[in-house]
Amino acid sequence: MLKRAYGPGDMSGAEVRIGQAAFPAPFASGLEFSSPARGVWNIVHTGMLIPGAHQIYICARGCLRGVILTAAEMNAMERMSWVALEETDLFDGRLETGIEEGVAHILRGMKRRPPCVLVFISCVQQFSGLDFPHVLGRLRAQFPETDFVDCYMNPTMRKSGPTPDQIMRRQLYAPLKRPEKRDPRAVSMIGNDLGLDPECELVRMIRENGYDYRDITLCRTYEEYKSLAESALLLTTIPAAVHGASILAERLGVRHLDMTMSCSPESIESSLKLLAEALALPEPDFRKGREQAEEALRAAKEEIGDTPIALDYTAVPRPVSLARLLLDRGFRVTRIHADVFLPEERNDFEYLRKTHPELTVSAAVHAKMRFAPRFAETGNGVLAIGQKAAWFCGTRHFVNIVSGGGLYGYSGLVRLAGLMRDAFRNEKNTEEVIRRKGFGCESCLT
Amino acid sequence: MKNTARILSIYASDTSGVCSMLYELGGLVVVHDASGCNSTYSTHDEPRWYGQDSMIYISALTETDMIFGGDGKLIGDTLEAIRTLSPRFAVLCGSPMPMLTGTDFDAVAAEVEAKAGIPVLPLHTNGMRSYLSGASEALTALLGRFCSPETEAGRSGRIPVNILGATPLDFSRSEQIGSIRSILTSAGFEIVSVMAMGSNLEEIAGAGRARVNLVISSSGLAAAEYLRRKFGTPWVAGVPYGEKTSQALTRKLKESAESGENFPFCSDRIELDEGQSVLIVGESVNAGSLAKAAREDLGIPARAGIPDALQPVLAAPHDRILTDEDDAALAFAESSGVAADPLFAPVCPESIPFYRLPHEAFSGRCFRERIPNLMGGGLTRRLFESC
Repeated sequence: MLKRAYGPGDMSGAEVRIGQAAFPAPFASGLEFSSPARGVWNIVHTGMLIPGAHQIYICARGCLRGVILTAAEMNAMERMSWVALEETDLFDGRLETGIEEGVAHILRGMKRRPPCVLVFISCVQQFSGLDFPHVLGRLRAQFPETDFVDCYMNPTMRKSGPTPDQIMRRQLYAPLKRPEKRDPRAVSMIGNDLGLDPECELVRMIRENGYDYRDITLCRTYEEYKSLAESALLLTTIPAAVHGASILAERLGVRHLDMTMSCSPESIESSLKLLAEALALPEPDFRKGREQAEEALRAAKEEIGDTPIALDYTAVPRPVSLARLLLDRGFRVTRIHADVFLPEERNDFEYLRKTHPELTVSAAVHAKMRFAPRFAETGNGVLAIGQKAAWFCGTRHFVNIVSGGGLYGYSGLVRLAGLMRDAFRNEKNTEEVIRRKGFGCESCLT
Repeated sequence: MKNTARILSIYASDTSGVCSMLYELGGLVVVHDASGCNSTYSTHDEPRWYGQDSMIYISALTETDMIFGGDGKLIGDTLEAIRTLSPRFAVLCGSPMPMLTGTDFDAVAAEVEAKAGIPVLPLHTNGMRSYLSGASEALTALLGRFCSPETEAGRSGRIPVNILGATPLDFSRSEQIGSIRSILTSAGFEIVSVMAMGSNLEEIAGAGRARVNLVISSSGLAAAEYLRRKFGTPWVAGVPYGEKTSQALTRKLKESAESGENFPFCSDRIELDEGQSVLIVGESVNAGSLAKAAREDLGIPARAGIPDALQPVLAAPHDRILTDEDDAALAFAESSGVAADPLFAPVCPESIPFYRLPHEAFSGRCFRERIPNLMGGGLTRRLFESC
């Protein structure tokens, strides 16, 4: 067995008190560790949201392996194909031809042609100057009934914008075209992996006022998916979707509302007021929702008491905002796991720097995090929000959500408080839960 | 069509092979690749990831590094990790992007070694080759650097043996390696080392003590050849599947220890008619050994179907090389049955019996709990009864 070279106390460089932390990147970049928490969606999960779409990846074996087994684990291999790149493909002048022939071979071998094919290339082809539009043009000529979408698995661009995550959420809607007829009573949610809770204020406000609420997560057919383009208004609630939604709105000639919110009452209410204005609705009365959320959080605090709480960036898009909400209501948040923060988090970050300078900011990918003192220092006495926090803290008490878990608004806070109480009372089998890829997706793992 | 699949999975890559082979040895392994790319290995190719610490990292390569030259950052970050983690040694290996830009891993490793004062091994992976080639290069390089010239035999009266080519990609369940150890020990052998599951660096460094080496996957063959050149130690390639066949294998090991002759036990099989045999798909030493055991223990004619990284010496003349998905479908249709990973099932004709034989290197963790331990008496007809 590996001998540990340093004690549990030496996590310098991988964690820092927020009072001394730099924003937005508190840690120096270096070699990276990958924790075994796997609930965050990847491009395969997201691509599968288009009903009936088929994905074809053209890249090196090592890159193919991860995406193919993602599909295998979600029992969706019939929607996944590949063309493996070899060294010679990059140097023999057949980069474009090889892709065209491989994709065409795959499609001709299918008993039923899919309505849409997502063709993914990777870093090496982009770096080699692949003429991707030319390849797709030739494929469209051969298969005119199929929508081909250019997609990218290019993690070398993960730290420059737009990120692969943003690009995927943009390309996911590439087949949507400006419709002949617009539906003024329809609203489309763009870019969410998980559907919003139908009981949240946002969805209810739309539906209860006679609007049709559309979301890719609710589409069952390719036609339903295409009808997302008919809506008169596009919404986003996660930061990674804003880039694609704004481009889509321009292409379709409709308005886009960024409804990304923090956890503060002011943010919740201002976001929903924006929606009310856009739909020409009277200003909503938030009093009941606000009271219910505060009451739920009070009850959770009473039950959870001073149990240390750790949360991570995969649980919610804005973890600093959540930490602030909880700390302001007396919860004992001791740790936030995040490698970098969104610009939108700055105000909450500055606030906590002043009010709770002892709060620990802990990395997730820093090399030392492999040796985080998971059980020695913290152990099962921690309540975690998020899978990574659960693993790093070595706790079986955790809220199992990813990317906000479909929670939104005051109703989302009520549900979150309930999930925290449930996690406090009941243990989960952490290893079994967090090893499953794609929170909410089908999994072959027992 | 070569390198194209409509529905099949793909075998693990060379970088995973490197990491898998070196996981337990206290070294720092740096895969020079983009941030996030280590999740494929840690999720699908490494059953030890959750519960056993190791120092496997990614360099978080970016497009800017590639365009402007990122060797300085790779060197600096590796040195920093060595300083803070105190590994026994370090390994640097590549992926597609460094291959494209021609990163000189030999030079980078030499510079890191000069500054860090620990052994640093360059490996020449590119993410496009088989896990077997990566694991093979890693093990051979490790032996080349650490194998002690000491060859003094033990005093136990037993025959010292190394087991070469053990990674969870081919032996996902630790009981499998335990059974191999037990079979050899019961037959009068002393296990010097298992490369590389359950042995430490010191045990591997003492590999020269062995009088014979057992190669249990093709990733161990190059290392066996190295030990042959260095110490004159002969190798036998085979996995002890089935009771009778295991006994034959241990007898052959003893003969080789005496004669000094290599012996590819897994490919020493009688000629078969294709249509009347079961096709056993997998890594060549495993598939060949299982085909031999099926015939000799159970009376079931079988041959190996080898889809990945063939070493000709480890294949019998009637074994089938599976070049692509279409070829696999054709080979399956020509067999009396197919024993293969369940992710091969979609290309097996319904009329041909399909026996599930999960293989981590192909299906990752999808069927990990259902991987059978067929060592020794663990192989029964039941394997060929459950379609």
